[in-house]
Amino acid sequence: MDWQTLSALAADGLAVGSLYALTAFGLTLVYGLLRVLHVAHAGVYAAGAYAGWLAFRGGGGLGWALLAGAGCAVALGLVLEWWFYRPLQGRSPLVALIGSIGLFVAVGDLLRILFGPYQHSLPVLPPRTVVGPVSLPQVVVVAATAGLFLVVYGIATRTPLGVGWRAIAQDAEMAAAVGVPLPRYTQLAFALASALAGVAGVLVGVYYNQVYPTMGAVPAYKALAVVVLGGLGSPWGTVAAGLLLGVVESVAVAYLGNRFPPEGVAFLAMMLVLLFRPQGLLTAEPQG
Amino acid sequence: MYAVTVFTQLCIYAILTLSLNLITGLAGQVSLGHAAFFGIGAYVVGVLTTHGIPFAPAWLVGGVLAAGFGLLLGSISLRLREDFLAIATIAFNFVVVAAFLYLPYFGGAYGISGIPKPLGNAGFPLLVLATTLGVVWFHERVRASDLGLAWMSLRESEVAAEAVGVDVRRFKVTAFVLGTGLAGLAGGLYAAYIGVIRPEDFGFPLSVTLLAMVAVGGMGTLWGPLAGAFVLGGFAQAFAFVHNYQLVLYGLLLALVMRYRPQGLLGKLG
Repeated sequence: MDWQTLSALAADGLAVGSLYALTAFGLTLVYGLLRVLHVAHAGVYAAGAYAGWLAFRGGGGLGWALLAGAGCAVALGLVLEWWFYRPLQGRSPLVALIGSIGLFVAVGDLLRILFGPYQHSLPVLPPRTVVGPVSLPQVVVVAATAGLFLVVYGIATRTPLGVGWRAIAQDAEMAAAVGVPLPRYTQLAFALASALAGVAGVLVGVYYNQVYPTMGAVPAYKALAVVVLGGLGSPWGTVAAGLLLGVVESVAVAYLGNRFPPEGVAFLAMMLVLLFRPQGLLTAEPQG
Repeated sequence: MYAVTVFTQLCIYAILTLSLNLITGLAGQVSLGHAAFFGIGAYVVGVLTTHGIPFAPAWLVGGVLAAGFGLLLGSISLRLREDFLAIATIAFNFVVVAAFLYLPYFGGAYGISGIPKPLGNAGFPLLVLATTLGVVWFHERVRASDLGLAWMSLRESEVAAEAVGVDVRRFKVTAFVLGTGLAGLAGGLYAAYIGVIRPEDFGFPLSVTLLAMVAVGGMGTLWGPLAGAFVLGGFAQAFAFVHNYQLVLYGLLLALVMRYRPQGLLGKLG
């Protein structure tokens, strides 16, 4: 395999992996705080993508599309937290999980009913190449992801909010007892998670030049796979696992073509990880 | 006749919801891959009967094979916590549908057609009805037995169940084997009744629909899953216009019931 092909695959893999990481990060963050699998997160992502598409259709550029996507996603995420997740705290996690799947299905189908079952194109960026085989959308996606995670890293390590999140993740009751404002910090976590998902939705739309109602489906399951591979509740493991899955998939598709369904392979890998390393590929110790 | 067709379909849903109720409602193990076992039973009957094997042995093989995969998933479940189990069952559903799509002999996206229907147009619905009644009887027998009590104890608290001597591992696996085996039998009936099966008939959306039927009706009861199958399934059949809004309605209903009445419409608070 020559250098040209290899770097093209790596660029595509990194871009796709960035998008996985952006989506899955929020899932891990919410899980760490609430111990609930926020499946409706993928609905938030799809809603963000549609908001970005509407902004673009209304005459906005990439910046406006991203802003609209993030804004709509944050609004939806906060509503879900307020109406659904908060009142169900303390109940069996099954209740929230089942309802969350319902919410995810409802959001996706609502998008289909509102905007039609077909794909809408989102030609914000021309797919021209920048350096060698690397295209402009790839550069934008990777740069935006890197920038966002830099900000998130800053929040997580240098602010009381980040310390509070880690405290809640370790022991919510104790954190509340020492004065961490649980409800507000949880809201902020949902806001951040949803903003990242909304940006990811718009970027996916830009990268593949399409948004469609069931676009949440594949990332929904893939984000679950990424979260498992990275170790549930381990945010930076999730980021690494997202990037890894993107690159591996891109190389695998190039070599194996369509003989194997990528989803089937991703899930087979995930089931093997669940069986033999349930704590995740990258975490050293089993998660509580 | 249309009414018979609808009723047969609803009976198949009822077998599915009751079998899922054994796993999720009684034993407390969430499964979001129930449609996969339904599909395994259907594909076994589809492949075998179109190769000249009679329905009865094909049907049994389908049920046994589905139960075999249930044994596999049940054994996997022993290693996983609740949340991981939910993800693993979703993954299992996807892997199985991918296998239907990509493995040879399964007809790819076109699936299998021309599956013969035994017993004629009058006899077959009776077989479905008899099977449904048999499953209802079995469901109630199990619920009242030591097995059912053991399941409910591990649903309420695995730690407590283990402390009083319930063999948690064995009972979890038994729940999966029995529930998935019955789903496989439902699949065999479906394949022979409809005559044409495709991979997407057994995808994740059906698993969600089945879980919705059980959860909305009331997990762990008899009437909950039955009402879920007949009311939710019948609603979609009765009003054709609903079809376009079916998923959004199921989704919202699921979220609303979980939010305001988590025990289901017919369930009691534990």
